[in-house]
Order: sequence, then C-alpha cells, then structure tokens
Amino acid sequence: MVLTALLVSCLVLVLLTFAALYRAVVGPTPADRVVAINVIGTKTMVVLILIGFIFHEAPFYIDVAMVYALISFLLTIGVARYLEKGTIV
Amino acid sequence: MLNLLAEIIGIAFLLAGLFFFAAGTLGLIRFPDVLTRMHATTKCDTLGAGLILVGLMFFSDSVYLMLKLAVIIVFLWIANPTAAHYMARAVYRNERGDDHVGRD
Repeated sequence: MVLTALLVSCLVLVLLTFAALYRAVVGPTPADRVVAINVIGTKTMVVLILIGFIFHEAPFYIDVAMVYALISFLLTIGVARYLEKGTIV
Repeated sequence: MLNLLAEIIGIAFLLAGLFFFAAGTLGLIRFPDVLTRMHATTKCDTLGAGLILVGLMFFSDSVYLMLKLAVIIVFLWIANPTAAHYMARAVYRNERGDDHVGRD
C-alpha cells in the first residue's frame, strides 16, 4: 500500500513538473520563467526524496535533495539580483 | 494495528501535499500576471512540499531520517518565502511606471 502511494505521488509530481515546464517555455517575461523553474526545483527535490523511499536508500537521496534545494535557492536569488540591479555581484 | 494507522495517516498527508502542488501548478498556468503567479506558486509549493515531507516522516524507520526531513522542511520554509520576496521586489521595481508589462 505504501509503495503504491509513493509511486503514484512520484508519477503525479512528474506530470505536474511538465505542466510547469509549459510556463517556463512560454512565459512572456524572464520573471515568469524563473518562478516556473523555482517550482520545478521544489518538485524535483520532493521527487528525489520519494525515489529514495521507494528504493529503501533514503539517507543518500535526502542529502542529494538538500544540495539541490540549496542550488535552486541560489539560482532564484541570483536572477532576482540581476533583474533588480543589472549585475549579480 | 498502530503500524497500519501510521501508514494511513502518512498517505493522507501525501495526498494533501499532492493537492496543494496541483493547485499551485494550476495557478502558475492560468493566472494572468507575474505577481499573481508568484502568489499562487509560493504558498502552494511551500505547503505542498511541507505536507509531503511530513507524510514521509510516518514511513521512515529511524529518528535520524525524521530529523533530516525536519531540517529540509525548516530550510524550505525559510528559503522559499525569501526567494519569492526577493523576486517579487525585483519585478515590482522593474515594472513601476508602466502598468501592463508582462501580461499575456
């Protein structure tokens, strides 16, 4: 029962990721694309942890997910700084 | 018996998180403006990821794993609103002056 629930959650999240990818491709402004990619990053992190629980190797996958969340956060901050000030540093 | 109860509660949390993720993605696709899209995605994303991770806590077999999941939840609840706030401030300062930038 638990395995089925994890697999279904994984599948639904992957489909929702493709739905968010539509906004990242079409989105009229760069801010739209960054928001969509931020959503995709959060979903990818959750999918990584779900995969870890499916394969019974959760500790390793949780570490990968933490690093992925950090990099996604840095991406958003960097692009927002660039949009606001015209330069990153 | 207790094990079955924990599994059912965990699956309920997973379904609630999926619902919030679906609502956020629907808002991301359907809303007309950058700031409204951000309004939909930030709240639903943070709550959806938090609910799914809380649901996974019920399936984890060691306290160590649960603590790691809690650390990720705390990081998400700090980082996601910060990034959204920064992004919204950048968008707001850029589009002051002309009121229909970025609409479909």
